[in-house]
Amino acid sequence: MGALGKPIILMVGMYAFLKFVLPNIPGSAPLPSSLIFLYLLLTASGIVIFETLSGESKDAFWGPIQRFLTGENIGGLQALRYGVFILFPLLVGWQTYGSTAVSDLPPTESRTIHPAPPGEYTGLSNPVPKTPENIMQGKGFYAAYCSPCHGGNFDGKGPAARGYIPAPANFADPTTIAMLQESYLFWRIKKGGVGLPIEGAPWKSAMPRWEVELPDEWIWKIIMGEYDGAHQSPRTWE
Amino acid sequence: MSAIQEVETVQRALRTMRGQERWLLGLLFTAAWFLLPSMGFAAEGTTAGPTEYRDIPYIGSRNLVWIVAQLHLLLAGFVLGVPIFAWLCEVIAWRGGEKRYDKLAKEFTKLLTSAYATTALFGGILLFLLVAFYPKLMNYLTDVFFPSFLLYCLLFLFETATLYLYWYGWDAMQYGRKKTLHVFLGFLLNFFALFIMIVPNAWATFQSSPVVIADGTAFERAWAATWNPTWWPINIHRLIANVVLGGYICGAYAGVRYLSVKSTEDREHYDWMGYVGNFIGVFGLLALPFAGYWLMREIYQYNQQMGITLMGGFLSWLFIIQAMLIGVLFLGSNYYFWLGITYRIPGSEAKYRRAMLMMLISLLLCLAVWMTPHSLVASIEEAQKMGGAHHPLLGVLGVMSAKMTVSNLMILITFMSFVMYWRAGKQDTAGWAKLGKAVMGAVLVLASVAVIVLGIWGYFVPAIVRINYFSTSQVAIVGFVILTITPLTALLLKSAKTTTEMVWGSMPPRAGYALVLNAVMVILLMTLMGYARSSSRVHWHVYGVMRDTSPYAYSPALGSASLIMAFCTFFFCILVAFIFWVATMGDKYKAAAGTGKGELPHGIPAMAGGAPEERQ
Repeated sequence: MGALGKPIILMVGMYAFLKFVLPNIPGSAPLPSSLIFLYLLLTASGIVIFETLSGESKDAFWGPIQRFLTGENIGGLQALRYGVFILFPLLVGWQTYGSTAVSDLPPTESRTIHPAPPGEYTGLSNPVPKTPENIMQGKGFYAAYCSPCHGGNFDGKGPAARGYIPAPANFADPTTIAMLQESYLFWRIKKGGVGLPIEGAPWKSAMPRWEVELPDEWIWKIIMGEYDGAHQSPRTWE
Repeated sequence: MSAIQEVETVQRALRTMRGQERWLLGLLFTAAWFLLPSMGFAAEGTTAGPTEYRDIPYIGSRNLVWIVAQLHLLLAGFVLGVPIFAWLCEVIAWRGGEKRYDKLAKEFTKLLTSAYATTALFGGILLFLLVAFYPKLMNYLTDVFFPSFLLYCLLFLFETATLYLYWYGWDAMQYGRKKTLHVFLGFLLNFFALFIMIVPNAWATFQSSPVVIADGTAFERAWAATWNPTWWPINIHRLIANVVLGGYICGAYAGVRYLSVKSTEDREHYDWMGYVGNFIGVFGLLALPFAGYWLMREIYQYNQQMGITLMGGFLSWLFIIQAMLIGVLFLGSNYYFWLGITYRIPGSEAKYRRAMLMMLISLLLCLAVWMTPHSLVASIEEAQKMGGAHHPLLGVLGVMSAKMTVSNLMILITFMSFVMYWRAGKQDTAGWAKLGKAVMGAVLVLASVAVIVLGIWGYFVPAIVRINYFSTSQVAIVGFVILTITPLTALLLKSAKTTTEMVWGSMPPRAGYALVLNAVMVILLMTLMGYARSSSRVHWHVYGVMRDTSPYAYSPALGSASLIMAFCTFFFCILVAFIFWVATMGDKYKAAAGTGKGELPHGIPAMAGGAPEERQ
């Protein structure tokens, strides 16, 4: 088991790290099984690549596996070998059953967070001049209409945020509004969760359709206030 | 006929019948009689206007066009990519006098000639299908591009004539001025091939980013439509991708031949050919992500909707699959280099094993970052624990700043793998060797740090700064490393002493399988990204200009699309295998008729366990 020991320890160690250590780092959260599987797959690929780089390492790595599977000179491990032959198909069967059986849990979602905006919204630019007064006014509108969910610090942690899944967007995160053009935000604020295209399904956004309550000018000002308050800049091409 | 006359006719018919049967038949007859005029109106309605679409049952017109177009593109990629390096090999042989390069160039060209006719055949089938299934669209495109259609026909004639002369004149034009002429023919072949690629690229890119002018001559309108925003990004991207495809397919061909040949001489030749194929593929692969990034940037800038559909919308999942495929390609290519160090340069394994491990770990870490999506696939329960679809810690790895950084690092690592392979088995004798190696090491370390710093900094600057300055700086830094280390290494090796001779034909069978895997990955990648680029037009034939009004004006689900991609990949592999089998039939006959000189003692091909490793 010499050459096999290290890979086994590495795989187990990696699993333990992803499952138990990483989620407990401050600011982290448990990883979904899809990501754990992906990282373990990479680890296993790395092991196979490294162990087969030379004839000696390949023999040291595959040799015990081969001998174990063929039952050649394994002495007292015969019982274990038969155990593996019985348990392995059962494990595969159990996994297959688990992934295909009808469950009372909701299905895994691969949501499209940023569906493409309708053509009429692309290319729009903010018609409101970017003055300190307009930005301040925008922040005021934001405080009144948006901050209960998106938070006074623009971090998605407003007092009402806890009630929503998915949680309201964190604008201070450089991977949210900083990736988008202002016209995109204008469309999202104006049409809200109900106005999203089918491409965005399964969409469970509780974002209100603000066009029924706010004039366009206010929405543009809110956008300016959001970017300024979250210390982000909209995506532009100039 | 008046209503009274109609009623009288019905009554006369009814009187000819008796009982219930009579009533039933009478009612049916009456209903049919009154329906006749309305059926006439319906017929008039359907015959109005020219046919816009045609369809076929079961497979559907769109799927058929999709498959044929994809196969044509893959074959065309191969046919246009191979002449580039076949010609370069010939030039190396011509200038340097190494005959084996000439033999290799000829072998590449042999594969090219056999694939050329099939490419043209699929092009013809595609044209017929497009004209038959999409007459409205083809009529419109013909109106716009008529002058370039003629140009394309001319180019095709020139390309065919040049290829015939190049291939059939190979042996006849081997020496003296005739060889110079042959090399010039190779240049012409590539010249025409380039234009054969960029002219149809204009038609395809026009559909995505059209430039339509109402006024002007036919030539002016065609020229405006040709010079559309995504034309040159696609030209450059496809040119590089064709070299990558050609290189890896030639590598796979060599890999398969290596696995099956019996003589030592053949085994050495195909081992070397596999190395050259992999080198060409890697060489192109280093530049490909930059070209792809530029293309995506232009698409995003051209139209936000199209950019988001691709990079953030429903097609964005394809980019995760793309990362996996490119990752396998990088791993496969590096693995092949490392196997080369271990097996072709005896005694090098111990020296480089640690470096290979470090490189492997770095590659895997980069790959893990590249494969991590921004929005994760998670069950409701998992999403609840994460507080949404983004992981609070790993979510930052899902955006372009991280992806660009790791792709640049992977390119650096792969380049260093090659440098390591290049240097293996040699001992520096130059007086400045120590200093040179220190400079190279410093350049590499500083460049890696700079790429990472720019990647992290990219999160804190506006998107336009990251895209226009940081990403381009990262590319420039990697380019600088390649352009600095390559000549320095070449200079060092010029005076170096060879301590261990390269032993060709000593690779294990898994090296051949790695070459085949690389080729399959490239083909899958092309089918995947071909679908992504084409689907980004969504329900438009010509984006924003001509809407798709056929029953197929919807984007297929990613699962259904992947089935077609897999089929195209499989079918293309079968097609290429058949073409190569036909092309090499004569060689096998000659080999069988020969004396068997140089055969291995027990004549076992590598795939049957005859590789040196297993023989020991």
